[in-house]
Amino acid sequence: MADIQFTEEHEQLRAVVRKFLEDRSPEAAVRAQMVSERGYDPEVWKQLAQELGLVGLAIPEQYGGAGYGFVELAVALEEMGRALLCAPFFSSALLATHAILLGGDDAAREELLPAIAAGESLAAVALFEPGGDWDLDSIALEARSSDGGSRLSGRKTYVIDGHGADVLLVAARTESGLGLLRVAGDAPGLKSEPLPTLDLTRKLALLEFEDTPAVPLGDAGDATPLLRRVLDLAAAGLAAEQAGGAQRCLEMASEYAKERVQFGRPIGSFQAIKHRCADMLMQVEAAKSAAYSAAFSAASGEDDLRATAAMAQAYASDAYFRAAADCIQIHGGVGFTWEHPAHLYFKRAKSSALLFGDAAYHRDRLATELGL
Amino acid sequence: MTSIGETELRERTRALLEQVHPDDPDVDCAAFRGAQFDHGLAWVHFPEGLGGLDLTRKAQVFVDDELRQHCKTVYNDLSVNAIGIGMGAPTVLAYGSEEMKRRYLRPIFTGEEIWCQLFSEPGAGSDVAGLSSRAVRDGDDWIVNGQKVWTSLAHYSAYGMLVTRTDPEAAKHDGLSYFVLDMKLPGVEVKPLHQITGEAEFNEVFLNDVRIPNSMMLGKEGQGWKVSITTLMNERVALGGGTESRRGAGPIQLLVDLWQERGGSDGSAADAVMRDRIAGLWIEYELLRLTNQRARSSMRSGVPGPEGSVGKLMSAELNKKLYEACLDVLEGEGLTYEPGFDLRRPSGKRLDRLSLIKHGFLRSRANSIEGGTSEIMRNILGERVLGLPQDVRVDKDRPWSEVPRNG
Repeated sequence: MADIQFTEEHEQLRAVVRKFLEDRSPEAAVRAQMVSERGYDPEVWKQLAQELGLVGLAIPEQYGGAGYGFVELAVALEEMGRALLCAPFFSSALLATHAILLGGDDAAREELLPAIAAGESLAAVALFEPGGDWDLDSIALEARSSDGGSRLSGRKTYVIDGHGADVLLVAARTESGLGLLRVAGDAPGLKSEPLPTLDLTRKLALLEFEDTPAVPLGDAGDATPLLRRVLDLAAAGLAAEQAGGAQRCLEMASEYAKERVQFGRPIGSFQAIKHRCADMLMQVEAAKSAAYSAAFSAASGEDDLRATAAMAQAYASDAYFRAAADCIQIHGGVGFTWEHPAHLYFKRAKSSALLFGDAAYHRDRLATELGL
Repeated sequence: MTSIGETELRERTRALLEQVHPDDPDVDCAAFRGAQFDHGLAWVHFPEGLGGLDLTRKAQVFVDDELRQHCKTVYNDLSVNAIGIGMGAPTVLAYGSEEMKRRYLRPIFTGEEIWCQLFSEPGAGSDVAGLSSRAVRDGDDWIVNGQKVWTSLAHYSAYGMLVTRTDPEAAKHDGLSYFVLDMKLPGVEVKPLHQITGEAEFNEVFLNDVRIPNSMMLGKEGQGWKVSITTLMNERVALGGGTESRRGAGPIQLLVDLWQERGGSDGSAADAVMRDRIAGLWIEYELLRLTNQRARSSMRSGVPGPEGSVGKLMSAELNKKLYEACLDVLEGEGLTYEPGFDLRRPSGKRLDRLSLIKHGFLRSRANSIEGGTSEIMRNILGERVLGLPQDVRVDKDRPWSEVPRNG
């Protein structure tokens, strides 16, 4: 069981990322990117990868990364969630990076990771399928062996940043169980279609494979433990994003409650508003504790990540959604307008809560871990 | 400041133990702690001659550490004289005359004179500064009338810290004065307060024409609120703040054990709902533990953040929910209350586990009332942490006598 222990360096990293995002991902930039076809600003992405070294934060130096660990990644994600950064960071720097790090052989790591760290190659992980659920058991896509490789035919959905990815890592049933296979973004028989998303700041895609060539990522063998671990890391990282977003909602709501005057006084002086803000503060602090706990256990490599990730995802999903919803309510009419950023957080909060299974799903996973 | 370092402080403690040792059957608590006081090792940050050595508060750990290392009998301030040591002594030190300091501090430390706190009144709970007990000047004395409530230890106490109104025409915070009350004075009546658990942890204290000499006032007339703040700031008895430092321990363990011993989920919808609820509570309890841990580590680094302020509210609300869930898991077994409700003082006797849970269910209702209600805590979080404006005050800048109050 890892303790939460941030260092001076972590706080410096947080300050650097926050400053960068204030400059390069202010609300106007988020609004511009969320309706753009690509969904992110290539200039900002390049700076993020090459000047700040954030995309390769968790990639070892031998593969062109910065050689830090999951705690540093979570610090960056918390700030990105706070700023609603539109960028293929979660998909490349978290999901794909860890799938390759943990599941790839040396050759695959050497081939794929340096380009990901440099921001030159975008990688996405395709797990879920139409009609399926969030459990790995429901993966049905089959990989047929064919001369020296495999062929995929079927569909994957809710693939984060799947449209426009250079490399896709696709979970499919193989002869030796669940496998993770590499598919090139321009492979024959691959069609990708951007989904019309509730949350415009995170792009999702539907992928269709028709006899599409694929190669196993690493050694053939059951990829279930690998994918389980990647999903736990995803939950831990998502919880960090959620904690950052929730903190921003709390700040927006309490700032507005100080300024907005009704009945001759700032609305924050009414206990109905003040107590809502106080509860939000309590939940946001707890959500941070949850996210940090998962991040530190992810970094320590301990088994208890299964429990802490489930805990973090369950709690941070609920806390972020409540904070975003209360933020709208405290803003009143203006919170319901397109012009106000409250809805951007609200939509991010709900879709983040649904992305890898909802809070009840994660409480169920935790209950199983605890033997309840 | 004298320059006694760690080594010398440890030596002095060992020298004390050579003269008088708490494990010696002929040495009782008063004898040992009296000697500790006279050596300046009671509270080393107090002045020399008053139980201290003019050192920093932190240096006390070296004394306490030596005592723990070399003694089987280690007296705990909380059980010797929790309120006297935690709150009374710092207040006497800050506002008492030299004579009062010499008279009261030593027996507070030895536990020969237990102290209690007479602040809350039936009409003044969260708004304690609105209290209405009255002291009227009569020559060199004050005649006090009124009622105090929620007074722990009053039935054992030699002295009470009394805040009472000496000027009803002043604004509410300005008309209070603070006295050391001799609990044996005529007109002081202590009655056990029968609470929902059946026990009486607290008392009501009735004051009928109690004559207190003016020399027993701490601070000046009208300064009572300021002196009270000193008392409250020193409130060491952390209410609800402490949680187990091990994951899954504490009240959550009671709940999880109960659930598992009763077979856990049978797959029914009702059990699925309960299982989800228990998992949710486990999460909240773990997050309380972690948030407290974060608060401690930011305290150590000297930059206390908001995580330090939410613990009381979190733990009070969560504790209630935990025990509510325990009773729901107990189902029919929750219909009985074995300890019974006959008025009794809490005994040191350990209750069996089920009785402990049922008692906890009732006792936990106080968690969100004592030491600041959850509503007051939310005001504090909103105003001091988030910087939200204060509510409109109808009792400010008005004589207390004109402010509406309970009949």
